[in-house]
Amino acid sequence: MELISTQRMSGSAGLRVRRHPLIVRATHWVIAIATMALIVSGIAILLAHPRLYWGETGAVGTPSLIDLPIPFLLGHSGWGRYLHFLAAWVAVASGVLYLVYGVVTRHFNRSLLPSRADLERANLSRVVSDHLRLRVSRDSGGDSYNVLQRITYATVVFVLGPLVLLSGLAFSPALASVMPVLVEMFGGQQSARTIHFFAGAAVVIFLIVHVIMVWLTGFKARMRSMITGRTERAPED
Amino acid sequence: MSEKITRRKLIVSGLTIAAGAASVTGLAGILRLADRYGLIPPDNGGIYGVGETLTYASQRLLMGRQTLAREFSRSDISTVVPVNGKPPEQEDYQRLLANGFRDWRLTVDGLVARPSSFSLAELKGFPSHTQITHQACEEGWSFIAEWTGVQLSYVLDLVGVDPRARWVVFFPYDDFWESIDMADALHPQTYLAYGMNGGDIPAEHGAPLRSRVARQLGYKSIKYLSRVTVTDTLQPFGKGVGGINPEYGYSWWAGI
Repeated sequence: MELISTQRMSGSAGLRVRRHPLIVRATHWVIAIATMALIVSGIAILLAHPRLYWGETGAVGTPSLIDLPIPFLLGHSGWGRYLHFLAAWVAVASGVLYLVYGVVTRHFNRSLLPSRADLERANLSRVVSDHLRLRVSRDSGGDSYNVLQRITYATVVFVLGPLVLLSGLAFSPALASVMPVLVEMFGGQQSARTIHFFAGAAVVIFLIVHVIMVWLTGFKARMRSMITGRTERAPED
Repeated sequence: MSEKITRRKLIVSGLTIAAGAASVTGLAGILRLADRYGLIPPDNGGIYGVGETLTYASQRLLMGRQTLAREFSRSDISTVVPVNGKPPEQEDYQRLLANGFRDWRLTVDGLVARPSSFSLAELKGFPSHTQITHQACEEGWSFIAEWTGVQLSYVLDLVGVDPRARWVVFFPYDDFWESIDMADALHPQTYLAYGMNGGDIPAEHGAPLRSRVARQLGYKSIKYLSRVTVTDTLQPFGKGVGGINPEYGYSWWAGI
């Protein structure tokens, strides 16, 4: 399934392949920077009260769900919240641009959502067994995403991103007065905070795996394709 | 050929300059309009001010004036309510506390037709309201409590607020002063509260009177009130950013 445009460049040994469209590259890097800022500031905010609760309320002296093994650093979340909200606005604006682009140009259908062929048992077991043996460069670094990449990226874009945003908005007493369902659907304000923490932690785990995979499949080539939009491929293989 | 390119370049750069100028004046116009409709927070400076302004403006626009904070039932009231900070150690406050606040008065002044002061008994004589609402601290913990008091809007009506008024500033006996906009000041769930969970507010929770601002974090619910000032500008107060929290690097807007 060769679905991305290729073009022959004169004087070039191989084929130069257009890999990532400009909007995808631009929003990828803006969101990457914003996400780093969100993680750093999120940790700063968490340190003011590193305990997680379930339900509407929770405080020192009430039962907690989890006591994170990090110290209380009271009064250190002022800059954290300023930065968290600024970075959130940047991430949301870029995310909306990316989503609109992905829907309008059918980028999601072509390049992100797994196709029926992707999900066939034979293909799935081949890709999974390649990954288990760390033979990932064969098609993770190719022209289009393999089925595991598609499932992972689609989950981050369509599940984890919205979840982390909505659970974060549910903290807001102002927004809760506009849409009580925003906080009720998470089972209370403290539940929303706990879910926000775990959704954020899932983003961190995704990023670690993502960077490791970029490394394993050829750091230079992957960086070049996400920055310049082009990648090179041997003429025939 | 080269002429064509030059002309095209001229047109393109002309259009770029025009678009740039239009967006600068457009942005200035938008900011002026936003300020007139009360969508610019006092801590709007610097790069963080951009995020703050977007958050404040969008939440203000979504909320309108009358959306109500969620209310709970008596069985939801928290048994554990942590205390943040101690009652003021100032001698004048300690004297009032020792005397059961019989000599305490709340001053209401600023941009009002009739600057006044009220005793606790007078405030308790005004129509009383009760809410059971959730209050979260900036730090992350939260509790639910029942608050009883007089709506701030009732007291503001009594003293006659000037139409130019834009902010209400709360001054307590300690240093933790704060301010809110008129939309929150006139909101039905914004109280001058003297009762908590059925009794008088205990000293450590803000006796004899605290503000209760139900749609914002706890640090807008100011304990140990002594003065409420109505104003059209926050410039003269402290560093001009509307409260002790923004002076210490926390956002002024606490609707989060």
